Amino acid sequence: MLKTFRIGGIHPKEQKISAGIAIQPIALPDQVIIPLSQHIGAPCQPVVKKGDTVKVGTLIGKAVGFVSANIHSSVSGTVLKIDKALDASGYRRDAVFIKVEGDEWEETIDRSTALKKECTLTSEEILQKISKAGIVGMGGATFPTQVKLTPPPGSKPEILIINGVECEPWLTSDHQLMMEKADEILVGITIVMKALNVQKAVIGIENNKKDAIRLFTEKVKEYPRIAVQPLKVQYPQGGEKQLIDAITGRQVASGALPISVGAVVQNVGTLFAIYEAVQKNKPLIERVVTVTGKEVKQPCNVLSRVGISMNDLINLAGGIPETTGKVVSGGPMMGKALASTEIPVTKGTSGILLIPTLEAKRKAMKDCIRCAKCISVCPMGLNPTLLMNLTEFEVWDKAENNYITDCIECGSCSYTCPADRPLLDYIRLGKGKVNGIIRARKN
Amino acid sequence: MAQKLIVSPSPHVHSGDTIQKNMYNVLIALIPAFLVALYVFRLEAFIITACAVLFCVGFEYLIVKYILKKTPSVTDGSAIITGVLLAFNVPSNLPLWILAIGCLFAIGVVKLSFGGLGNNIFNPAIAGRIFLLISFPAQMTTWPVAATAVDAVSSATVLGNLQYNPDALPSLQAMFLGIEGGSLGEMSALALLLGLVYMLWKKTITWHIPVSILATVALFTGILYLFNPQPLYHPLIHLFSGGLMLGAIFMATDYVTSPMTKKGMLIYGAGIGIITVAIRLWGAYPEGVSFAILLMNALTPLINTYSSPKRFGEIVKNG
Amino acid sequence: MSVLLTAVATLGAIGAGSAAILYMVGQRFKVEEDPRIQEVQDALPAANCGGCGFPGCSSFAAACVKAESMEDLLCPVGGQNTMDKVAAILGRQAPVAAKKIAVVRCSGTCESRPRTNLYDGASNCTIAAALYGGDTGCSFGCLGLGDCVDSCSFDAIHINPTTKLPEVVEDKCTACGACVKACPKSIIELRKQGPKSRRIYVSCVNKDKGAVAKKSCDVACIGCSKCQQACPFEAITIENNLAYINDDKCRLCRKCVPVCPTKSILELNFPPRKDTPPAPKEEEAIVTA
Repeated sequence: MLKTFRIGGIHPKEQKISAGIAIQPIALPDQVIIPLSQHIGAPCQPVVKKGDTVKVGTLIGKAVGFVSANIHSSVSGTVLKIDKALDASGYRRDAVFIKVEGDEWEETIDRSTALKKECTLTSEEILQKISKAGIVGMGGATFPTQVKLTPPPGSKPEILIINGVECEPWLTSDHQLMMEKADEILVGITIVMKALNVQKAVIGIENNKKDAIRLFTEKVKEYPRIAVQPLKVQYPQGGEKQLIDAITGRQVASGALPISVGAVVQNVGTLFAIYEAVQKNKPLIERVVTVTGKEVKQPCNVLSRVGISMNDLINLAGGIPETTGKVVSGGPMMGKALASTEIPVTKGTSGILLIPTLEAKRKAMKDCIRCAKCISVCPMGLNPTLLMNLTEFEVWDKAENNYITDCIECGSCSYTCPADRPLLDYIRLGKGKVNGIIRARKN
Repeated sequence: MAQKLIVSPSPHVHSGDTIQKNMYNVLIALIPAFLVALYVFRLEAFIITACAVLFCVGFEYLIVKYILKKTPSVTDGSAIITGVLLAFNVPSNLPLWILAIGCLFAIGVVKLSFGGLGNNIFNPAIAGRIFLLISFPAQMTTWPVAATAVDAVSSATVLGNLQYNPDALPSLQAMFLGIEGGSLGEMSALALLLGLVYMLWKKTITWHIPVSILATVALFTGILYLFNPQPLYHPLIHLFSGGLMLGAIFMATDYVTSPMTKKGMLIYGAGIGIITVAIRLWGAYPEGVSFAILLMNALTPLINTYSSPKRFGEIVKNG
Repeated sequence: MSVLLTAVATLGAIGAGSAAILYMVGQRFKVEEDPRIQEVQDALPAANCGGCGFPGCSSFAAACVKAESMEDLLCPVGGQNTMDKVAAILGRQAPVAAKKIAVVRCSGTCESRPRTNLYDGASNCTIAAALYGGDTGCSFGCLGLGDCVDSCSFDAIHINPTTKLPEVVEDKCTACGACVKACPKSIIELRKQGPKSRRIYVSCVNKDKGAVAKKSCDVACIGCSKCQQACPFEAITIENNLAYINDDKCRLCRKCVPVCPTKSILELNFPPRKDTPPAPKEEEAIVTA
């Protein structure tokens, strides 16, 4: 039986043209730029200086504060400088520039590909390893994983949900990772189950990845506590709250965390990174990136080190087509448009999407015809057109009362609007303002 | 790569849905009813519909261009719909000059003076029809004899007969298929239902408004019929006669003037149903759908304010 | 006739009754307030712009009456005149405050600051600024989407269609500070209007290193500190590669203006110079950058 979440949702064209294309490596460039802020939370403090030699896996940025994640060198070589560089945030922020010399790894990292199933570490030790390895949520939100795996006091996780949904159109990095690293992901699941002390794990996979559903259904026979749940294809099923609703039928209340219904959600990419960190001592220095787009010559899934320029990845996929009008880091629904392709791959880069000019330009906005389609597709059950108006007229108290802070910024409203209104643009703005007002009130 | 990159906030794709597509879907859904009208009234139906469309589009173009001095947007199809719906709501022998006045009122006063598509409070076609009904009661209620069934249909409508002459009612089947007298587009319930199915399939509208109107009418008259089984209270007669189908499917579902949440739509539909039956049974006019829709149009902003959509997480734990 | 009489009598009675009820309710629920609040409020410009820091003119009036002294209370719209009047009503002395005006600290026109990408989102600076640095190489400069224009209640700031930069209308600007708050890039600043509207300021907020700043914009401040050296009054500070002129210390001598290699220091409403000192050469500027 296919399950899905109960409120709203859309079904954009899937366009997964890079599905089934094996993950390929990319040659190391002459220089990498590793941003010191690759996660939600405080940027890292650099612990190297100009002229230092580093190896693959050397700590170069130390986490500052609770919500933060370590950053390691993804190459071996010499630190050129620590300077500002344009990253996917659209701003110039601190980054470590490293000149690549050879490919020498830290001795502690186990580079063998042999599957290592047994894990004798305690819950605390696992969390410590995850924290040291600088692992963040790799579905795109880049929230530090050890924070998510540390439930607030008084709450008890009951179920681990694994996000193998990949509901964004075009992207296939998670899909391909599931196909190639299923065993490692399953070991990763058992490790996280141990860390959280939960007895049940469910892998949610959308029905457009039938091969992955088959593979995992076969493999979980070895793991009685892990189940596979096929899901109806529906965007934004990869949203944490939507996925919990789809799999458990429980809805996380406004403003509450998933743990309030006993659920912890982790992305398959994150679980693979956890496996490598705990079993192989390997920090998070590389990830799978889908390079795709309508006119891309060779759409592919690339295993890229953090800090490699997106330009190199695009060249590997056959170069940037003449007609490209927009370059998006991530998927077309929630990804970020970039002002330049000279931007380093980071821990959260799930894909690079090249959109032709003709499809990239937005159409002129018309008056709202009150068709209410945005309301029917909103997965959070909000009233997007009302929230946009309230933001435009700066009626923050009403916006708050209409739950603007519940918005998950999935973009279903803007996607659907027949009048081409930039609903999400304004709601995002209003959400930021209202969140600021709420914070100010608490202090 | 020659040109500069375009940067905008997400999402970077669009469904491709447009105002035009929705409007043209409504027009396509109106085709079956139009064909029935052509069959029943022949050339007259065509002339009235064509002229109403021409007047509406023409007035919109002229007013927007020369009085409001903006770029006319008649291609969005909403003026065409207003024209067709207004034509469907008048007798086929209405003098064209009266029709022109109705179109001018609908487009100029009801739609554009409020700011055009999206900003009007009342459905232009409904308001135009009521304007004509009040201004030209004689012409608006003299129904021509249908060209197809000369002997079967008198010049009064079913609803007119219902109150004053219950013996002259046509059969239910005839009413369903649409060969009784009446306004152009109200003829065949079947044809209108076909349009509804098309619009539901195309997701132009949701089921909430038409179903709640029809269900309320059926329920309300049904209860009365239980206590007093006369043709005056027969639910099926009420469902298939007059402008109920046309109103419930095409006029009450107008995006701009109907509520936006599912809950609101149901309240709105129920309101229209109750007011329609009340006017039909106890009012001075034999038909009440237009008045009911107009009244509920006025209540729409209020309904919108007090009916919020069902939020995620309102049901906290039920799994 | 009797019908008419009845009608008149009935209506009259209803009217009288309603008036009586209204009057009684009005008396019953009358709010006792300091009559001076109303007096002060009448002296205010009634713009309700919030420039004073209070939600509207009436709350500002209440604050004025309540306050011990007139320090920190200023109606930017009415200015000194209004504050003197208010002070007179309350029997106090209004402090003399220098008249201020909004100043846009960005000169990056389309020519001097070429576009490197095309922004295609909602026409709103705050939305664009949350997305990225902007459609030029400079991530500090004006986005030109007009949040300041929308925020102004006095029609005193407009986007110049050729330069795509906002311009302040001197006669209309009341220094209410709405645009300062609205600008997500913090480009607009309230500065002393100066005698005869003469003022000097650094028209740039770019904190990038000189070379980076210069690359993205011809008129960017590169933090070369030449102006600092030229200033006899220590009014100029350099912080984060950016010069800033303190308008409390600046005596409008104009010595800093000609030494700026990128012409990012602007002088407004001054008479033309008699002896123009030789302008520094372009090459020199780039070397120092």
